[in-house]
Parts: sequence; structure tokens; C-alpha cells
Amino acid sequence: MFYREAGDFKTSYEADSQTFPIAFDRWRYWAILAVAYLVIPFVINDYWASALLVPFLIYAIASIGLNILVGYCGQVSLGTGGFMAVGAYACYKLMTSFPDVSIVVHVLLAGGITAMVGTAFGLPSLRIKGFYLAVATLAAQFFLVWLFNKVAWFYNYSASGQINAPERFVFGVPVTGANTSAPAQYLVCLVFLTFCALLARNLTRGTVGRSWMAIRDMDIAAEIIGVNPLKAKLTAFAVSSFFIGIAGALFFSVYLGAVEVGEAFGIQKSFLVLFMVIIGGLGSIFGSFAGAAFLVILPVALKVVGVDLLGWPTDLVAHLQLVIVGGLIMFFLIKEPHGLAQLWRLAKEKLRLWPFPY
Amino acid sequence: MSADFLYGIEVIINGLMAGVLYALVALGFVLIFKASGIFNYAQGVMALFAALTLVGIMEGQVPFSHLINAILGTEIHDFGWEVPALLAILLTLIVMVGFAWAVQQFVFRHLVGQEPIILFMATIGLAYFLEGVGDLMWGSDIKTLAIGLPQGGSIWVEEFTSGLGGDGFYGFFIDKLDMVATIVAAVLVIGLIVFAQYTKQGRAMRAVADDHQAALSVGISLNFIWVLVWSLAGLVALVAGVMWGAKSGVQFSLSLIALKALPVLMLGGFTSIPGAIVGGLVIGVGEKLFEYTIGAPFLGGATENWFAYMLALIFLVFRPQGLFGEKMIERV
Repeated sequence: MFYREAGDFKTSYEADSQTFPIAFDRWRYWAILAVAYLVIPFVINDYWASALLVPFLIYAIASIGLNILVGYCGQVSLGTGGFMAVGAYACYKLMTSFPDVSIVVHVLLAGGITAMVGTAFGLPSLRIKGFYLAVATLAAQFFLVWLFNKVAWFYNYSASGQINAPERFVFGVPVTGANTSAPAQYLVCLVFLTFCALLARNLTRGTVGRSWMAIRDMDIAAEIIGVNPLKAKLTAFAVSSFFIGIAGALFFSVYLGAVEVGEAFGIQKSFLVLFMVIIGGLGSIFGSFAGAAFLVILPVALKVVGVDLLGWPTDLVAHLQLVIVGGLIMFFLIKEPHGLAQLWRLAKEKLRLWPFPY
Repeated sequence: MSADFLYGIEVIINGLMAGVLYALVALGFVLIFKASGIFNYAQGVMALFAALTLVGIMEGQVPFSHLINAILGTEIHDFGWEVPALLAILLTLIVMVGFAWAVQQFVFRHLVGQEPIILFMATIGLAYFLEGVGDLMWGSDIKTLAIGLPQGGSIWVEEFTSGLGGDGFYGFFIDKLDMVATIVAAVLVIGLIVFAQYTKQGRAMRAVADDHQAALSVGISLNFIWVLVWSLAGLVALVAGVMWGAKSGVQFSLSLIALKALPVLMLGGFTSIPGAIVGGLVIGVGEKLFEYTIGAPFLGGATENWFAYMLALIFLVFRPQGLFGEKMIERV
């Protein structure tokens, strides 16, 4: 009824190639942005920010990044945790070496540094494929974590081996350090997420994105029709690592404030982000959001139900949580291997016809 | 011979023994990957679960006692009996076979024909699930596994070899447990090879590994073979779990040996049993030797965490299918 192309006349090339061709989608998009920017910052409190919203925003950036690599370019990576660590440590070194430069610049630069590291670790992908590549990216994961643990220069020779984010300001408001308010944290992450999502969405629609998808669907065929696999794979690694680096930098500086590398950026983090991408839907920007939201909310919801409502001991709930998360992942993969994004697509198809059955 | 050289040899021998244990875990991966194309990340957790179950049964713990106590408000912990080791191992095997059946019945039967990455993710989900179940059933505290395996260095080897070097050399230090593990692993591998070559089920298993459709058309039940393969992987996991558990206690970190087995697989090739063994030995020796010669003196130690991966990575750049893997031929 309200969700269809009919009657929505495109009169220019810009209108014809816009991101959301259906009017309802455009309204929805602006409405969500309005709520995210104009409503939530005024009602947010510390609990909501630190338990749900800020991790959601940061993981959404990371899973958009990983989705570009795994979902769009078909190169499975298990090194996400390691690349996030690169982002975090790059951000830390930049913050402490150049205290006068804005944190926003530092986060972007950290993303750039991560992109370079990611490209270097992406080089083997030209020779290695499939699971061999997935395992090979574990080399990045373990090597990088070891490096940040062993080389004292990275954590400025601090006795604890931790890195702590010094206080930095954006427009005079503290966004890192102990005095950060919940809305500030939230807004910084939101701005970066919006930027990343727009960038990813437009990259994947353009030439680069199409060459990624060609490589994903069949790399030899893509090479024959003129896609340069070296360029496509390495740009995918670079762009993906750029996003993951930004996520890592924000995770350390804005969200946690203090980080111990093995704990925050271990192999578990790699799996977590990969789960978000798979549950959300491979090759879908919306899926990255949905997957991140699902896996951020689920543990919190389980804890609320188990510990607060039923009064069970925390360790028992933690074990149950493993069972339920694992079970749900298997359930989802069986019922909907293409993720939450596929459910969304189906819903939109239905909505197009509604209220008629055919 | 100088003492340094002899210590180098000792490092190599210990590396070989560690490699045997890596190979043991890698073997479980290869079995499942060959027969069903599933890259089973849960192998490490299966080892943990098997070891936990073995300890739990031996000590007569009540399964899920923690959960039961929380729901019903009771205070039960154990049955008050102790089960002899052999019987407990048998019972654990039955549990692992039941687990194999359940996995096939409830998960992978529904995922036939999906992409490998989806299957892989499902096994990661399975790993989480199984880890949670293991903790719920038997508790998450560190347990010691006492089934009478010898521990400590072998004095016999030490005395026998002490004459080789000069004054600075006191003989090779070799853990008795590692020696037992090597023997057990050898027996297990020979057993598996005999099973695969000479029994009907073993041949059916190889047929399935070769070609699913052809195997189906000559009347082999894929379902049965997959349950069989998962059960065999469960057996391998039990052996690996017992060996690692006796070495370092039964605890969560046991499941991380799966990560140790991955570079072994890459090096040896995902589809080759000899590859898993050779890969295990190469990785075991390589990482110990690297740590001894370069890692500890120059790089600050703990290089064992990543060296195996780097070795495998560099190796793969030159030979993308691993040492013994099948050559991939791609057509458009």
C-alpha cells in the first residue's frame, strides 16, 4: 500500500541511482537518523550507554568492516581482534605522541594504519583460499596480540602493560577519559558509525564493490572478465581493516578507556564479530547492524532474566548463556543461513504486495 | 659432543613429543573434514568435554547438580561412589557416541548442502554450546585427572644418556607422560588405519570421503557414516583430552588446543591423515626449536603462540594446499 515504487517518479539520474529507491525507505532512514541524533542523546543514561548502545555502535562499525571482507569479497578472516588491537594501539600512540591534534583525526589515522597492516596480512590471500586463508589470518591475530604484549614501546613502558586513554575533547566536551558523559560517548561513536555506513554502502554499490562481489562469486571467472584480483582483494582487506581499526580505536579510547590486549582483543573478539556478520547476513550492511544489535542485546537480556529475575548464581547464568548463544547460533544457521537480513528482505517483499496476497 | 648441541637435541625430542599431541587433535579434524566437508572447530571443546565427563564419572558427580540445586533448592553434589578408570572410559565413550548421534540428528542433518563457511560457523556455535553444557554438567573448576598415567621426568632415560656429554650435561629430560602419549597416539593411528583399510564400515567411510553421491548410489548410508565419523572424532578427542588433561589439569584452556591444531592442519593439508601427523611433528619441533634458539634469547619468549601460524602461513604461500593436501583444480 505504502511500500512500493509505483507513483514515485524519478526525474533525474541522481534520483534514479539513489541509495533507497522506495519513498518509504527514505522516510524510515531519515526517521531513524533523527531519533538516533535528536532523541536518544537526551534520554540516554550511563547504564544504557555502557551496556548496550555504545558497544552496539562500535561493533556495528567492526561488523560492517568484516562484512566487506567476508560478505562482499568472500575472504574469510579470523584476525578481527588483532586488527582492532592495531587500531587501539595506533590510536593510543597517536594520542600520547601528539596531544594537540584532535581525537577524531587520531581515530581516522588509526584506521589508516590498520588498513596498512591489514593489507600486509591480506597479501597471502592472493595465493591461499578458503579455510586455509581463514586459518592463515589467525597468524595475524596471535602475532599482533603477542607483539602488543611484548614490545613495551607500544604501551609506553607502563608497568601494568595496559594502555589508558588520556582525556581528550571534541568541541570542548570530553569524549575520552574518566569524565566522559554518556551522550558524548554515544554521539562520537554514532558520528563515526554514520560515516562508515555511508562509505560502505556507497563503496559496495560502485565499481570497487562490484569487483569484490565478482571475486567472491568466482575469482577465476572474475579474473578472466578483467577484474584485477590483486587490486580487488587488497582493497577489500584495506577498507575492511580501516573500519575495524576505527572500531578498535573507539573501543579502546571512548568505550573502555583502559585495555589489556589479550583480554580485550583476543580470539574471542574475532569470533564474536564474525558471528555478528553471519547472523546478521553476509553481504548486507543492514545485516551488520542487525547482527551487532542481536549479539550485544542477547547476553544482557539473558543476564537480566537469569540473575535479576530468577535469582540464579552468576556463574550458572554465564554457563547457561554459553549454551543459549551456541544453541541460537546453530538454530539460526539451520533456519535461516542467510541471516537476519534475509528475514528483512522477505518482510519487504511481503510488504510490497500487502494487503493483497499476490 | 658439546652440551649445547645435546640440549638442542633434547629440545627436538620434546618438540616431537608435543607434536604428537598436536597431531592427535588434528587427526580428529581431518576425520570429520574428509568425510563430511565440515571444518569442525568444536574438536578442542570435544576434548575438554570428554575429559570433563571422564573425571565427572570417575568421581561419581551428579550431572547438572549446580543447575538442579539452583532450581530445586537442593544440596546434591555426588553419588558417593567412585568408578574405576576403565569402566569410566567406556562410559565416556558411550556419551561421546551419543553426542555424535545428537550432533548429526539435530544439527548437521539440517545443514547438508550449505556452504562450508556456514557449516564452520555452526561448529563454532556447537563449541560454545558444548562448553556451556560441559560446565553446567560438571562445574567449571579445575579438575585433576588421575587415571594412573605416569608423571614426571624419566630417570631411566636421564641416566642412560648422561654419559653422552661432558661435565655440563646431565642427560635428556623427557616427560614419562609424553612417552606414554606417543605410544598411545601411535596405537590409535595404526588402529584407525587398520579400521579404514580392512573393515566394511571403514571402507564405507573412505567411499563417502571420496564421493558422496557415488557412495549413496551403492547403498551406503551417509547418515550412519557421519555419526560414525563424529564418534571416531569423539574417541580421538577423548584420547587427546586425557593426555592434555593429565598434563595440565582439566580446565577451559584445554579447549584451546584446537587452535594449536589449526596450523598443523594447514601444514599437512586438511584432508590427509599422514599430513596431520607429519604436520604435528614439524610444528612441535619447529616451535620448540624456534623458542630455544631465537624466541627466548632475542624476542622475549612466548613465541610459541604465533610461530606455528607464521610457519604455516609462509609455507602455504609456496604450497597452497599443504604438504599432503589434494591439489585444487579450479574450472570456470
